[in-house]
Amino acid sequence: MAWKLDSDRPLYSQLLEQIQMQIVSGKYPPGSKLPSVRELAAEAGVNPNTMQKAFAELEREHLIQTQRTAGRFVTEDVLLIRQVRHSLAKEQLTVFFQKMQRLGYQTNDILSLLKTGYEEE
Amino acid sequence: MSYLIEANGLTKQYDRKKPPALNALTLTIPGGRIIGLLGPNGSGKTTLIKLINGLLVPTSGTITVNGQAPGTASKAVISYLPERTCLQSSMKVQELVNFFADFYADFSKEKAYHMLASLHIDPTSRLKTLSKGTREKVQLILVMSRNAQLYILDEPIAGVDPAARDYILKTIIANYNENATLLISTHLISDIENILDDVIFIRDGSVLLYAPAERIREEKGKSLDAYFREVFTC
Repeated sequence: MAWKLDSDRPLYSQLLEQIQMQIVSGKYPPGSKLPSVRELAAEAGVNPNTMQKAFAELEREHLIQTQRTAGRFVTEDVLLIRQVRHSLAKEQLTVFFQKMQRLGYQTNDILSLLKTGYEEE
Repeated sequence: MSYLIEANGLTKQYDRKKPPALNALTLTIPGGRIIGLLGPNGSGKTTLIKLINGLLVPTSGTITVNGQAPGTASKAVISYLPERTCLQSSMKVQELVNFFADFYADFSKEKAYHMLASLHIDPTSRLKTLSKGTREKVQLILVMSRNAQLYILDEPIAGVDPAARDYILKTIIANYNENATLLISTHLISDIENILDDVIFIRDGSVLLYAPAERIREEKGKSLDAYFREVFTC
């Protein structure tokens, strides 16, 4: 995959977001094996320690699991994946609403615009 | 814990009438890190690198690698890419590979040929017939084909095109031994900053800052390249 990294922000949180996205979108399906830290680090052009840190955080969130000899796997807990997807969606909504409010829209306007604007597309 | 490199009050003065190139520099570097050694021209980067390699003798202070002063033992575990080429330009690439394999017990010919093939470098060509960038690639391949404890790269990618730079950085990430440390001196910060664990800013022969790269991004909200420009504004 193509990694998009912005050098102005900590890389580890960006890697975390992008792997979460891969899991939520089904690019890495539930129960599937993940590439090694080294492979992903080389692909993203980042330090393996940074990738390791992102993996550790995903493990803490139980989105991935390490099996001692076999490697790392995406969780089979579909409900958890759905929850993560939901919270990512809410983050996007917050960003969207903030931008719209900066453009001068009230919540009601945004909602109706969303409906008509989306239908026009 | 013992450090890979320890410098204590390290001073190097080339000319007694002029300020020292390194001024009582104190520094400890552990194993297993990728470190950017960054500083403006004439700040002492290459002097420090030459002292670590035992190519210069300190005016005062001490430097140790694996607890010992630089010498035969440290040279066996350091893979050094000098800022200027030191290879015999009449030699063929494959002769250089054999030369390195003879010289260094930790050299892997297999790795070297693999990288040469990926970068489309013909092993039968003589070094002097290659372009500047390709010569740099050959030299870097030779240095990275060793299984060393410490890799010191002095301006490694300056003459290399961006696509090959990407390949080289990826090769470094995929191949280096995780207990080894890489010390990279460069001005091309934006090209390498994503692979760095730590950065050392050096100015007027002393350490100005030694911090994890991620912490700088977090605290300053800036890329290392932007932060460097801020700190070293002319």
